[in-house]
Amino acid sequence: MFAEKVIELLKESERNPDTIDPFKDEKIRQILEEMQTLFIMNMNDANATTENKSLWTTVQVRHSALERNKRCLLAYLYSRMEKIKTLRWEFGSVLPPDVRELLSDDEYEWFSRYSTNLASYMRSLGQDIGYSGIDLTENLRPPKALYMEVVCTTDYGKLELSDGDVVMLRRNSRHFLPAAECQTLVRQGVLKQIV
Amino acid sequence: MESLSNVDVSDEEEEITADIVLKTLQTAWQNECLAPEILPHNNDMVECMLGQIQHMERNINKLPKTDIRASIHKMELSRIKFIICNYLRTRLNKIEKYCISILNDERQRMETGTNYLTVGEFKYAQEYLLNMETHLKNVVLDKMPGNMKTLEMNKMAVYPNLQTHVFLKANSTISGVVLEDLVGDQDEEIDLEEGSQHILQYKPIADLVKNGKVQLV
Repeated sequence: MFAEKVIELLKESERNPDTIDPFKDEKIRQILEEMQTLFIMNMNDANATTENKSLWTTVQVRHSALERNKRCLLAYLYSRMEKIKTLRWEFGSVLPPDVRELLSDDEYEWFSRYSTNLASYMRSLGQDIGYSGIDLTENLRPPKALYMEVVCTTDYGKLELSDGDVVMLRRNSRHFLPAAECQTLVRQGVLKQIV
Repeated sequence: MESLSNVDVSDEEEEITADIVLKTLQTAWQNECLAPEILPHNNDMVECMLGQIQHMERNINKLPKTDIRASIHKMELSRIKFIICNYLRTRLNKIEKYCISILNDERQRMETGTNYLTVGEFKYAQEYLLNMETHLKNVVLDKMPGNMKTLEMNKMAVYPNLQTHVFLKANSTISGVVLEDLVGDQDEEIDLEEGSQHILQYKPIADLVKNGKVQLV
């Protein structure tokens, strides 16, 4: 069957809509190979159609299979890009190594470009009035309270707050910190909020 | 720009105008969150508010840490910051999603000087599309056979659904809003009274949202 592999590919990635799978290099190579074969067969038959009109339908079917493969491959990449985008918002510009492994080299390249582009946009915000930019990845949730109680999950080291105080974050230590300043650490998993 | 200069006029007026700026910003945020397509930017308001935040932060820092006024003001500030961030983020999400169609429309709008995006957003959108194109080309398109190599932008483009229905409230009395009848040819005309609320299709009232005559709720 034509375009069977590409459907498999899409179904697999659809099964885990919230997580990102390893990039399926091998499968994509096979799909591209199938396209190449279809294309060559089509070329041969298309040259022959001038004498034999009955081949025309075959050519048409193969062509739509080619179109379908292309469309599905693009959809696969696009949906992965969407997922990688959420990674940027969750982890910031540096990915944890276990997540990094799931991306292909090209995707990682795209991620860094996306990240740079986003960063330069955020830096440009409010530049006219002497602002040094706003970090849009902060304040993801509506603020409930100024301070929150957190427990530290790893030996993180010193954290300097904007008012100059320095807090030592040790494993299992509890702190009462300004919510705005520890949100990033909470998302990175260094701190955990106690509710 | 008007409000910006107003704020600087005198300290007494400042509080009233800052309030109006915040209200405008809130409405803009609300509209942006609820409208299916991207709306004209409100950069003046955002920058004005940012200036205010900076100003207030400086004032708060003068207060002793334990002062209750400081924490109340800080809380208020973090709420305002959230609104600004969320507003800009919603816009970015729309820009990313409808990138191709927004860029096409924007190029036409730029000729008439009625652009919806700020300079920064426009740059971001162009860069975003370019990155996406390069990525798709590098990974699959370049390895495809002969005539399949091109990226057909029109086929990739995602368009906002303007036919969706929205809740709205009229800020002033508007008469003669034409609701198109898609099936038959019986167009309907309705009047919106000031303060009344309706559920309507977005498309006929899109212009009213943009010029502030109605507000999405």
